[in-house]
Amino acid sequence: MTEPPTEPPAEPAAQLPQQSTTSPSTVSSEGGPKGGRTASAVTVPMVVAGVCLAIPFGAMLWVDSYSRLTPTFIGMPFFYWYQMLWVVLSTLLTVIAYMIVRRQERARKGGERR
Amino acid sequence: MKDGVNGVALAVFIFFFLAVTVMGFLASKWRRAENANNLDEWGLGGRSFGTWVTWFLLGGDLYTAYTFVAVPAAIYAGGAAGFFAVPYTILCYPLVFTFLPRLWSVAHKHGYVTSSDFVRGRFGSKGLSLALALTGILATMPYIALQLVGIQAVLDVMGVGGGSNWFMKDLPLLIAFGVLAAYTYSSGLRAPALIAFVKDALIYIVIIVAIIYIPIKLGGFDDIFAKAGEAFAVENPATGKPRGSLVTGPEAQWAYATLALGSAMALFLYPHSVTAVLSSRSRNVIRRNTTILPLYSLMLGLLAILGFMALAAGVKVKNGQLAIPQLFENMFPDWFTGVAFAAIGIGALVPAAIMSIAAANLFTRNIYKDFIKPDATPEHEAKVSKLSSLLVKVGALVFVLTMDKTVAINFQLLGGIWILQTVPALVGGLFTRWCHRWALLGGWAAGMIYGTWRAYDTPSATQDHFGNTNLIPLIGEKGYIGLTAFALNVIVVIVLTFVLRKIGAPDGVDETQASDYTADAGDPGVAEKLPAATAGAAGGH
Repeated sequence: MTEPPTEPPAEPAAQLPQQSTTSPSTVSSEGGPKGGRTASAVTVPMVVAGVCLAIPFGAMLWVDSYSRLTPTFIGMPFFYWYQMLWVVLSTLLTVIAYMIVRRQERARKGGERR
Repeated sequence: MKDGVNGVALAVFIFFFLAVTVMGFLASKWRRAENANNLDEWGLGGRSFGTWVTWFLLGGDLYTAYTFVAVPAAIYAGGAAGFFAVPYTILCYPLVFTFLPRLWSVAHKHGYVTSSDFVRGRFGSKGLSLALALTGILATMPYIALQLVGIQAVLDVMGVGGGSNWFMKDLPLLIAFGVLAAYTYSSGLRAPALIAFVKDALIYIVIIVAIIYIPIKLGGFDDIFAKAGEAFAVENPATGKPRGSLVTGPEAQWAYATLALGSAMALFLYPHSVTAVLSSRSRNVIRRNTTILPLYSLMLGLLAILGFMALAAGVKVKNGQLAIPQLFENMFPDWFTGVAFAAIGIGALVPAAIMSIAAANLFTRNIYKDFIKPDATPEHEAKVSKLSSLLVKVGALVFVLTMDKTVAINFQLLGGIWILQTVPALVGGLFTRWCHRWALLGGWAAGMIYGTWRAYDTPSATQDHFGNTNLIPLIGEKGYIGLTAFALNVIVVIVLTFVLRKIGAPDGVDETQASDYTADAGDPGVAEKLPAATAGAAGGH
């Protein structure tokens, strides 16, 4: 199938590994006892996680971008298979966000207990 | 289709129905706690469910008879516009990911059973929590009614319950609901959690078979969409416009996007979603679920496509809700039709059970205990909840017997309009204490009144009232009324908060702390499992 629409989400996914490698250092610096215990600590990985969660909104609410019949895929008009494709893409983005957030939480807890 | 009873299908249907009934009653013994006589046990399954049970429970909860019947029916009736259910379920998971773990944490820490419990604790306002509880109960009723519509559609197509006598007509439905009420009463949330396994297995089997088998019989997706396109092009004699279309027209795009967004925001604020979420074991169970629940969304997309298949197969029904059951009966051998119908029927029972439990929890915690009998013991609470779960079901029956059944999807949208008005207090409250409690109450009232009034004023496709999209003031496009009402709600909350702070209106006491919102099971100071007594101890002021 032809897939120009899959490009936008591919970008954040691609830059993610390098971003998240920086997370341990970012976290340990702010994971002090008690005081640093705010859920919304703004760090680069958390911003990436936020972006991952925000992308589906841009894609799905811009209805004009997919409101057409072609190209078809196994006989299905673009409108339908494109949105179903986004079920998968948004899931992948959520998985990425989940991994980032969990790593953050683990690092923070580790910092607290020691 | 009214040519008598489909005996084989009916027999298979009854077999599955009996099987889940037995399971429902046995469920009370599943993972039983020592002291089962409190709301944490009856209403939240002991807050013990792991990732997979939660997945089945939430799936059973959110993808209901509404999925099986109303979404394809909307596609069958109008085409692309009905497909908004797919972006809707895409968008809800990122939202869930952001706010529900916080709700889980604070609820776990303070022993909250309902979202209104949280609002009362956060804002120190019984009035606000009452408003939210009433909204939740009000929005759940039509949702349960929607499940009844699903069962009815199946029974209709099988040829039972179609008689002219109203009592005979509704008898099978009454029996189904009587059985449901009985095992919900005795087993609580464990019953739907266990039955959800059967329901989901059946539904996945039926979908996979349907999505492979029917297109082969109809000559592939090319043919299906071509034929559906032809069917949509036919003029509707009433409006003089084409019946529907394969893509959303430019004038319908705002409606499509706002419906998707508004419904996504509402979905997890329904009492039954909150109940299922709070019954999970830890924060990460919820997050992990946002990554596996979309499997259901994929299924929903495939289901929606069945609406086109019904058109292509030349299924002609007066009541759109019957389109899919009729398609199954035309296409499948009788025994598999029975399996498919059982999937729809059980798919209605599971959420109906969870919904009635959730509404009952709201009533018990936020109306009965807060206003009628503040010194209720946990045992007493559980008893009241069990009884009110029965009342809620009767309420839903009244709803379905008095309102127009062909607009099942509008029932749900009306509930969505109401539930959306709880976002500022509930979701807002999870992140900030800035809003004033009375401002939140004012915003809620404004949104509820505006939303209901607009919905009533808007004709839907089949009747003069309860449409769901209308012109958005200032923007001038047609959009989802619930979202417009929500915007009004937020504006009122902000303005009133400024005013109330200025005149020094008393702020309620916030019993939560910032760290409560990120607490997880197993953290220092957080119990792995709540002692049963917490349900009674918390909120006893």
